[in-house]
Amino acid sequence: MNVLIKDLGLLINAMLIATPPLLFAALGSCFSERSGVVNIGIEGMMTIGAFTGAVVAYFTGNGWLGFLCGGLAGAAFGLLHAVACISYGADQTISGTAINFLAPGLAVFLCKALFENSSDSPALDTAAKLPKMFNGVFKAGSFGYNVLNTYPVAYLCFVLVLVVWFVFYKTKFGMRLRAVGEHPQACATLGINVFRIRYICVIVSGFLAGLGGAYVTLSTVSQFRPSVIVGQGFIAIAAVIFGNFKPQGAMKACLLFGLCNGVKALLGSGNVVSPHLISMIPYLVTILALVFFVGASRVPAANGKPFLKAK
Amino acid sequence: MNKKKGILNSNALYTFIAISVGFLVGAILLMLAGISPAEAYGKLITGVFGKPKFVTWSIVYAAPLILTGLSVAFSFRTGVFNIGAEGQFVVGSLAACVVGILVKAPAPIHILLCIVAAMAAGALWGAIVGLLKVMRGVNEVLSYIMFNWIAFYLSNYVVNLAIIHREGGGEATKDVADTARIMAPKAIVELTSCTAANWGIVMAIAAAVVIWFIISKTTLGYQLRSVGFSRTAAEYAGINTNRMFLTAMAISGAMAGLGGAVQTLGMSGRISQFSSQEQFGFQGITVALIGSSNPIGCIFAGLFYGAMKYGGTKLSLVNAPSEVVDIIMGTIIIFIAVSHVFKMLVLEKAGKKKGGAQA
Repeated sequence: MNVLIKDLGLLINAMLIATPPLLFAALGSCFSERSGVVNIGIEGMMTIGAFTGAVVAYFTGNGWLGFLCGGLAGAAFGLLHAVACISYGADQTISGTAINFLAPGLAVFLCKALFENSSDSPALDTAAKLPKMFNGVFKAGSFGYNVLNTYPVAYLCFVLVLVVWFVFYKTKFGMRLRAVGEHPQACATLGINVFRIRYICVIVSGFLAGLGGAYVTLSTVSQFRPSVIVGQGFIAIAAVIFGNFKPQGAMKACLLFGLCNGVKALLGSGNVVSPHLISMIPYLVTILALVFFVGASRVPAANGKPFLKAK
Repeated sequence: MNKKKGILNSNALYTFIAISVGFLVGAILLMLAGISPAEAYGKLITGVFGKPKFVTWSIVYAAPLILTGLSVAFSFRTGVFNIGAEGQFVVGSLAACVVGILVKAPAPIHILLCIVAAMAAGALWGAIVGLLKVMRGVNEVLSYIMFNWIAFYLSNYVVNLAIIHREGGGEATKDVADTARIMAPKAIVELTSCTAANWGIVMAIAAAVVIWFIISKTTLGYQLRSVGFSRTAAEYAGINTNRMFLTAMAISGAMAGLGGAVQTLGMSGRISQFSSQEQFGFQGITVALIGSSNPIGCIFAGLFYGAMKYGGTKLSLVNAPSEVVDIIMGTIIIFIAVSHVFKMLVLEKAGKKKGGAQA
């Protein structure tokens, strides 16, 4: 029984480590997709966030400042995506692809420029990382230690789900955001500034993706490495699709995908099931969701279509 | 259409501008990092053209990129964006690798088997996405992305299977049998002193010609293009659009799969466990964009990308990060992506100068 509780604690711990970056990025993706702009550049935005977070924390010794700057760096690429797609009507998938070249390229480029041609940033001191809650309250290795002695950001992101849900469904901005993603022409006729709403949403999506990336380097990994973000951005997109383009749905999907990660970490190289097959699960279930719940998991109607002002 | 307008309207001009802007952005970043752009770009150029060996290496790098570029370009023509070339490339190289290791056959047949397996795997990977699109209305961009990652982990899974895994450590497969390799004859290897010289580039150019022929000289190509221009119009003309999508996505996948085979049977000779995506498919998107989705254009765009990629590896010699290549390429894509609106503005202005008459 004790072993079981301890294992459960470890599983929750692994989930709490894997889920927040996905959830931040997924919430960001919700903003962008619901406003009608496909953003597959999430992966690149997370990478630049991870880099900026690590570097700012390294030079200032302040994890929280790094976290915020990580978000801002993501937002900068969100702005680039917005300018290309919203103002210039670029194909959104192509622009996203470009960002997935640009942002990681820039991150590693700057890393090498700053740290004598090393593609890894120096390891962060514990003081420069994000703090943990309840330090020293629980015995190391106990259930409480594993579940509660973790990074407050891991809990913050669940609060953020509530906030995003509120914005989406209880505010005028949220209503307009959703409407703009379904029928921009109608919104424009009603005097809603489609461009402005989409700009805000895409920049917010970059900001949240950047936070997700920064969480990775400022909590678990403690440094920037080129392979620090591998697929998390795409899993986040998968989570949004799986979660029906709703923040609360995306959260459930992220928890599920985080659980996959927890199981993977727990099994380790125990070889019961190959970790590579477990890693496949998020993508497989998303395909299944797309195939079987097409009716329910409906892509916002105007998603991917550039909206150009009528002449 | 008058001559001036013809120039303003040509894709080549905007591609040229995009490439220039790409290099400019790269130069600014290099300067900010305290590296002389002249020195870095000089190294890039001498690193590619300095010796016959370097040129050969650049061509070796280019072959798989031409093929993924063809894959994306072919799908573009039918109005599908094959962002899944990455995954199709991976399953193609995996299939070629597995057949190359496990099957025993004499040289030309073994190569043929590997290539057929790779193209079939790529075509299957593309066709599944096509089936989901046609039968269930699933957005192909989303399923392509999912299948990219499924291929990624499938490859990592297979690489670690005991039957195929390298003995004595190393996260890679055994070497592909010599009978399956597509290495160039000894004379060429000695002449160029490039040990990786292989037939890949010949296959890539042949594939480009075949794709060009299909697109512009056959009924199938005509039908595919009409679906790309206007799906509804094509339907009215009695073209089975669903079949066209499936065909296009399968052929597109086969091209990417062939690219994977060329990489495995030519340059690498084995597959290593991935720690991150190798990006051949995404680089193919760039190749297709630079080549204006023209198969012959893809040959030159692929050679350009191959040269940049190989030249980029030399940049560390002048302490310049090779990632500047990614930045240049990313900038080029963004600029090509926004160029059609740009083009519209320029043409509009040119039209107004002529008294507003839009010929």
